[in-house]
Amino acid sequence: MTDPTTWTDVQSDLAKAGYVASDDLAMALYLALHLERPLLLEGSAGVGKTQIAKTLSELHATKLIRLQCYEGLDASAAIYEWNYQRQLLAIRAASDSNNSTDDIEDRIFSEKYLLPRPLLEAIQQDKRPVLLIDEIDRADEEFEAYLLEILSDFQISIPELGTIRAKTHPIVILTANGTRDLSDALRRRCLYSFVDYPDRRTELAILKAHHPDLDAALAGQIISFVQDLRKEDLEKKPGIAETLDWAAALAGLSVNDLTDDPVQLQASLVCLLKTEADRMAIPTEVAQRLAGRAA
Amino acid sequence: MTVTRFTERSEGPSDRLSDFVSHLRDNGFQVGMPETSLSLCGLSALNLTEIETVRMGLKAICCGDSDQFNRFDDLFDAYWRRRGSIRTEQRQMAKAPSSPAEHPALKAWADGAESDSTGTAYEADTANQDGDDEESREATGKLIASSRQSLEKTDLRKIVTPADLAEAEKIAEVFARQIRYRRSRRRKAAKRGAVLDLRRIIRSSLSSGGDPVRLHKKQRKTKPSHLVVLLDASGSMTSYARVFLSFLKGLISVDQRADAYLFHTRLIRISDALRDKDSLRAVNRLSLMAEGFGSGTRIGHSLALFNAGYASRMVSGRSTILLISDGYDTDPPEQIADALKRLKRRGCRIVWLNPLQSWQEHEVITRGIEAARPVLDLLSPAANLNDLARLGQELSH
Repeated sequence: MTDPTTWTDVQSDLAKAGYVASDDLAMALYLALHLERPLLLEGSAGVGKTQIAKTLSELHATKLIRLQCYEGLDASAAIYEWNYQRQLLAIRAASDSNNSTDDIEDRIFSEKYLLPRPLLEAIQQDKRPVLLIDEIDRADEEFEAYLLEILSDFQISIPELGTIRAKTHPIVILTANGTRDLSDALRRRCLYSFVDYPDRRTELAILKAHHPDLDAALAGQIISFVQDLRKEDLEKKPGIAETLDWAAALAGLSVNDLTDDPVQLQASLVCLLKTEADRMAIPTEVAQRLAGRAA
Repeated sequence: MTVTRFTERSEGPSDRLSDFVSHLRDNGFQVGMPETSLSLCGLSALNLTEIETVRMGLKAICCGDSDQFNRFDDLFDAYWRRRGSIRTEQRQMAKAPSSPAEHPALKAWADGAESDSTGTAYEADTANQDGDDEESREATGKLIASSRQSLEKTDLRKIVTPADLAEAEKIAEVFARQIRYRRSRRRKAAKRGAVLDLRRIIRSSLSSGGDPVRLHKKQRKTKPSHLVVLLDASGSMTSYARVFLSFLKGLISVDQRADAYLFHTRLIRISDALRDKDSLRAVNRLSLMAEGFGSGTRIGHSLALFNAGYASRMVSGRSTILLISDGYDTDPPEQIADALKRLKRRGCRIVWLNPLQSWQEHEVITRGIEAARPVLDLLSPAANLNDLARLGQELSH
């Protein structure tokens, strides 16, 4: 795919690849591509934030480099690490041949002895990759500071080596689901879009894109059911991935109508409700009521 | 919503755009020059004849969080589309500055905050404002004679002047620092530690020809814990509200991550308002939020709302929840316990501060608190500043 010329191109390209993006999201993506800025996506779990990066890398036929953030993530796991074993071997080998300390130091602190981690890898690619920094809010605040240099200047400073500049500017997608507030410094370096649960029409389009064989009436029922279910008092609301799983499960069970078999419907809800409390919150009667309304 | 008055005749699109950015800034967006120039770059790539396109483009560039994302459309419309309706909004806004007076607690807090920032005392002003309030007048009289020592033992209801409120704020800052750190999973260089720091070992082994003579180690370091305060602002708590608001302001100002909420029959997030450097604007924002300030309480309901909304984003295993309430509730007491149990499952610590406990030598424990007790990590009195100061020590380990 060449660079899109308008934001609607982005939307239609994504749609072709099976990702139904809202107008706001398509616009944000278009600007992110055009202005070469990172894009920060926020929203509940399961609304397709991570998927957008995967779809983008497919569209551009480029590498997807993913950095999954977690608490305690540090520079040596995210940016680079020196290859200590090789360094030690090199020092021993060099000391036998009477090289000066400066020579050894120059040699063992060169790129050859550097182990790239996702962020360094992302700026060393010849073809513009998609860099997905997933769930950035799980990493701690110090880590955000590491990101600032990479996100604003696409470069990494290594004390022993100097600054490594990006060969190509990666397409950077950051996702967050609000585990904590992100720093303003990080926010200001990114474009922003909030990804919400899709409305009925959009979710139906997503379902059609993923399960084209599904009976239209059943698809409508599934979406109505899920949309209503999100309004119930649940600990974890089902996301789009859950909807798709459930649709696949229903198709596999060859269900044609949600109201047909209450026992089977209740059993299949494992795809949507992922905690014990939520299972308790939706007993058979409630599920039947929702199914009845959806039909 | 603050409405920006922009110059009648602007030089061109870039002028209008920078006006728009400052309009956003006045409404609490963290935007400035970089966003203006980025917007200009972005807009040059868009079809400017379609206003929807422009709206979405600017939205992606100027917004920073979901709250701004939701407010952006209204702000955009107010600036670019409905010049007529701006005027009516302006008229509504004109009323806003008078509203703190409707909430005496907020007014006092405003004066406190004001004197804080300008360095001038508003004591006379405070006395006048409170002239119609029997209880406060008595308290003002008391203050003149009181020394710092006795102040700390004074019942919080009687604390009214800016100096006392500043004291409360100071205690809060100390408190916030005390409970700020908990152990982290990340390691950093340390003299004695459990894990070898290979990077530094290699560096220093160079001088000894590759033999790691000096072993550097690293250790887990402490990490900031996250404080969430829920303040009951119902009728029964009115007399405490001003000092707790100051306490909250102190907490918030020390700790960027701290979060504050106000509840009575509804639940409102006040962190941003408390953090506002412009104290007058902060009070205006607070007073708008505190609609229903000093009315009935629905603690259980508010906690349930907190669980359903903010908790998933704000509360983690490293959070400490500070619930400041007397426990007088119009909802059934089990509801409080249920909501707290659910909150507890996120792994946080829950501390209940009860201003009525240890009050005049007899404990007032309401049924709500009694029901919640098994879930609480700590139930502590908060009748005077001493109580608040002691709290930090109890929680710091």
